[in-house]
Amino acid sequence: MRIENHPILDFGNRKTIRFYFEGKEIEGLEGDTIASALHANGVKVLGESLFKHRPRGFYCAIGNCSSCLMKVNGKSNVKTCVTMLEEGDKVEIQKDKGGLE
Amino acid sequence: MKTTDIAIVGGGPAGLCAAISAASSGARVSIIERNNSLGGQLNKQTHMFFGSEKQYAATRGIDITGILLNEIKKYEDRVEIINSTNVVGLYEDQIITLMENESKYYKMKPEAIIVATGAYEKFLSFSNNDLPGIYGAGAVQTLMNIYGVKPGKRVLMVGAGNIGLIVSYQLMQAGVKVVAIIDAAPKIGGYLVHASKVRRMGIPIYTSHTVKEAIGSSELEKAVIWQVDGNFQPIPNTETIFDVDVMCISVGLSPLNELLSMAGCEMKYVSFLSGFVPYRYSNYETTISNIFTAGDSCGIEEASSAMVEGYLAGLHAAEKIGKRHPSFEERVQDYTSQLNNLRSGPEGRHILSGINQIERRRDYA
Amino acid sequence: MLEITGVPTEAQIRETFPPIEAIDKGPIAVIECFQEIPCNPCATSCRFGAIYIGDNINNLPTIDIGKCTGCSICLTKCPGLAISIIDGSKSKDYVHFSIPYEMTPLPATGDMVRALDREGRYLIDVKVLGVRSNKNFDRTNIVTLEVPRDQMYRFRSISLEVIE
Repeated sequence: MRIENHPILDFGNRKTIRFYFEGKEIEGLEGDTIASALHANGVKVLGESLFKHRPRGFYCAIGNCSSCLMKVNGKSNVKTCVTMLEEGDKVEIQKDKGGLE
Repeated sequence: MKTTDIAIVGGGPAGLCAAISAASSGARVSIIERNNSLGGQLNKQTHMFFGSEKQYAATRGIDITGILLNEIKKYEDRVEIINSTNVVGLYEDQIITLMENESKYYKMKPEAIIVATGAYEKFLSFSNNDLPGIYGAGAVQTLMNIYGVKPGKRVLMVGAGNIGLIVSYQLMQAGVKVVAIIDAAPKIGGYLVHASKVRRMGIPIYTSHTVKEAIGSSELEKAVIWQVDGNFQPIPNTETIFDVDVMCISVGLSPLNELLSMAGCEMKYVSFLSGFVPYRYSNYETTISNIFTAGDSCGIEEASSAMVEGYLAGLHAAEKIGKRHPSFEERVQDYTSQLNNLRSGPEGRHILSGINQIERRRDYA
Repeated sequence: MLEITGVPTEAQIRETFPPIEAIDKGPIAVIECFQEIPCNPCATSCRFGAIYIGDNINNLPTIDIGKCTGCSICLTKCPGLAISIIDGSKSKDYVHFSIPYEMTPLPATGDMVRALDREGRYLIDVKVLGVRSNKNFDRTNIVTLEVPRDQMYRFRSISLEVIE
């Protein structure tokens, strides 16, 4: 799901970043947000709605809409569309309101 | 408490231009940006801009950020860039509260504030519109052009305004198939050159069509569209089903200006400006003294006019706090005529009549 | 129609094209700009003063075919990718048609590619006569194609692969 050749943009050689999604080790690239790295791995479902438990993905990708909230390294309600991916991040689907750390 | 001459909320096209003209007037400027880098939505605009040379026409949006940042560099001694920081509060007494990296909370008291917070993408209501795979068109543009990730394999674009048309073209450039562009309006809303560009690449445009429903268990699998009549009412038995894993919603933007409401600026709903916008004086000051605004946060328009508005707001805000640019009059005149020129076409007339509804005049008597 | 379909009519296209005598003389710009929008890089980029917009940048461009040399600069500067260069001086049967191209991969000179009309419909296979890219073009490449004269009002795009 990565763009290989682009007529205008050059994404350069980006370093691999390893992280965990639902306990499984996967790879993103330097410069990714958590949501973009997940999307590149084919992961579109990032959470569940609070009451009807409907699947949730991102919508705005610029930190406005809160549709991409996930649990990252134990911290709930992280806006994954604007949070840069870091080596070893533990990312989990959030199914509840979350709480304070 | 931290102080500065002028705080600019938002480091997009309007905010950066405001910073340049405020700093060139001699003011100390702090640009506050929630992202970890400046440029705002310019950073994903891979297409060449319209307008005239003065608004960097024929230059790609992605390269305009660099041009503006180089300009800002000239005033390094008085421009502070505060990235990864949200402005969470704006108060009547010009105090702003900031949250850095979602962990450090502090206050700032500038002499003047320019709110240039931009816009957000509107949503559309239809059955199952919350399925993952249904994204804002701007979100898909971010995903592709900033992070280099394809949104999926087959896309239905909802909305034939400029963003819908441009993002469709950019999807093709990224190697993603666009099955169709639809729009509920009877006519294409975006520039016709953009429409022609995607048509000749084989993307059909269906005007007078809207989304009936999305289908999919945990992600989008199919989209059902149907035709609408002259009153935007759906016509039964006109359904078409597309196998798509992505639907882009591009049904317009709304001004993002909660901070202005919070500060108590008088606001008005103006449809030509696409939402609630602040009343403002000809110097871009809102009804709260020393709070200024420019760009999409006070009415949806093109990035070219947002930049010119930014330049003007920066000049005026600096003037208000006693840092009048040596060639203030000439510059104001030049930017004002640039804006008038940009707005002198058919589209611009709507913008002007919108601005007419919110422009306050001062009584100097 | 253009406002509904995004496709100009053949009558609109024919009106835009220079007269055939001018085309047969040498390369000349064809500007398919039918809507008043605030934009003027075609006029400001022309070194020969052949394209006129005037003080109101919303005006439609007009071209002085006597002054146009077919140099192609406007083609790479038009944000709407609405300009092409046509040259009928090279052959009785074909015109040389240069179009802006911003896709990957780029075709190579000598390749046969699929010619498309303004609705993206396949017309015929055409030969690539040249591909130009340089820094001044800012990633808008110019692809020149050998287009049969009977297709010159229909042709407007190419594809390197079969579109469903």
